[in-house]
Amino acid sequence: MRTASFWIVSFVVAAAVLALSRGLIANEYFFFAGYVVLQYIVLSTAWNILGGYTGYTNFGVGAFFAVGAYSSVVLHKLTSVPVPVMILAGGLVSGVLGFGMGYLTLRLKGVFFAIATLALAIVAQTLIVNWDYVGGSRGIYVIRPQQAPLLGSYIQYLYSLMLVLAWIAVAIARTIERSRLGLGFNAIRDDEAAAEAGGVPTLRLKLISTTLSGALMGMSGAPLPYYVTYLDPASSFNLSYAVNSVAMPLIGGMTSWAGPVIGAVLLGTIQQLATVTISSALNLLIVGLLLIAFVIIAPNGIVGLVQARARLR
Amino acid sequence: MLSLDLAVNAVVAGLLLGGFYAAVTIGVTISFGMLDIVNIAHPAFIMLGSFVAYFVNSSFGIDPILIGVVMAPVFFLVGMAVYQIYFYAFEQRGEESIQGLAFFFGLLFVGEVALILVFGVDYRFVEAPYIGPALHFGMIDLPLRMLIPCLVSLLMLAVLQLFLGRTFIGRAILAVSQDRLALQLMAANPTRIKRIAFGISIATASVAGALLIIIQPVEPSIGRDYIGRIFAICVLGGMTSFPGMLAGAMLIGIVESITATFYGPSWAPAVAFGFLLLTLAIRPAGILGR
Repeated sequence: MRTASFWIVSFVVAAAVLALSRGLIANEYFFFAGYVVLQYIVLSTAWNILGGYTGYTNFGVGAFFAVGAYSSVVLHKLTSVPVPVMILAGGLVSGVLGFGMGYLTLRLKGVFFAIATLALAIVAQTLIVNWDYVGGSRGIYVIRPQQAPLLGSYIQYLYSLMLVLAWIAVAIARTIERSRLGLGFNAIRDDEAAAEAGGVPTLRLKLISTTLSGALMGMSGAPLPYYVTYLDPASSFNLSYAVNSVAMPLIGGMTSWAGPVIGAVLLGTIQQLATVTISSALNLLIVGLLLIAFVIIAPNGIVGLVQARARLR
Repeated sequence: MLSLDLAVNAVVAGLLLGGFYAAVTIGVTISFGMLDIVNIAHPAFIMLGSFVAYFVNSSFGIDPILIGVVMAPVFFLVGMAVYQIYFYAFEQRGEESIQGLAFFFGLLFVGEVALILVFGVDYRFVEAPYIGPALHFGMIDLPLRMLIPCLVSLLMLAVLQLFLGRTFIGRAILAVSQDRLALQLMAANPTRIKRIAFGISIATASVAGALLIIIQPVEPSIGRDYIGRIFAICVLGGMTSFPGMLAGAMLIGIVESITATFYGPSWAPAVAFGFLLLTLAIRPAGILGR
């Protein structure tokens, strides 16, 4: 499928999901849960642009996500701009953070890059903890506007925004996959030195990858203050965002845009069900165990399993 | 105002803290520095050590350090088992990069959640006669709660240093870290040596965990705070040498302690990790590296 038609087809799919869910489902809880699953589609797709295509493992997902959320808090306190503007602002701030991280870690490969991103997350968290304007370690309450700008409740509005964001993220990922940019990313992943020698501008591509990945993560975090209405550093910088964003592409498959989407829908749904029916601690245990099981048994994820079967036939 | 009294005590406290950090980091220096296994789950094993010490101490009143030492062989076996899984799943297949990293990341997370399910999220602590009293030398205070873990840690470091330098297996471990192929040519089995070495690295977590719960009350998720710190020290020290690692640990300990004393404890983590980011960006070989 060509890139332009993928944008159109995915738009139609997203619009159909939106129309069907909002038209048919009356239960508010569906939108609460659906928001989280969609948020993970954006997060894991964003992670995969850097992790899957370019081969750099980012464990600092929480930093980009929370920085997006906290930039919304600042905007909320200063102005009264609508949420889509906040999403753009969050993307901008986290994109700059991603660019900075890429610049600071240009010489780092593999493991050292992963450790540096973990360190970055903790530095960012410490800064937020010590910044009283956004609530510091006490956290901050964010009052939702009483009325949603569109029809329906405020949660349905946030759900719709996140759906649009998921569509854009997936379409961007797929566009990259089939472009020269994606080929360059893959070249870096497979052999950075050889790519450099072959004339691939590795430095510039790496910066594009970290910036784009960071920006998308920030955008997915930006509506969070309105979703939870109470934001604190411990929960917004939570390691579980990183675990999920790493686990979902790994379980789905890292080589194509479909992997993170499959992983996010599967794991996200299982977690939502487990949280409601069993306990929220147990659902994290499930993610961890699934992650371990998949990297041992099926290192190329579900997409890899399907491709291997197709090849056998 | 900088007062001399505070500054001297901050440096002394930093040295004691650094000595303890050496115990936490030594396992990673072995697994990551020497064996090239990125065990980011090491803090989870330390937490496990802390909770074993807590459980036995609160049920039978046995000294926590003794528990840590007695349990070390059990941790050794656990470590060997983990390495065996890692070997079959990743090293043998040649997929050590992202998948291997994700394996340990998952292990870290599972360990933490399992401890939360068993013990809950309350802070736990141990009881021992040396928690509380302090020695005084002029204006310097030496709380035994910090001094004893520091001494035990240095002792462990010395024992392992002797072990690596003087015994056959110890030298073989160093050989694995330097040239795996050459070791194979000398008819030693690198996989067996690596298995033993990884077992030792996990065994140190048993002692380190016991020391940790003496220094501060422990709850399952504080292990995360140690991931960055451990790797910061490891990288600062130039990865493979114990003396370098000790220097890195002391440096981080002093910087953290001074920051906590003069700017407040909430800034301390950022300083250590800022150090790590700068080291990685400017001098990836570490302070004592080539």
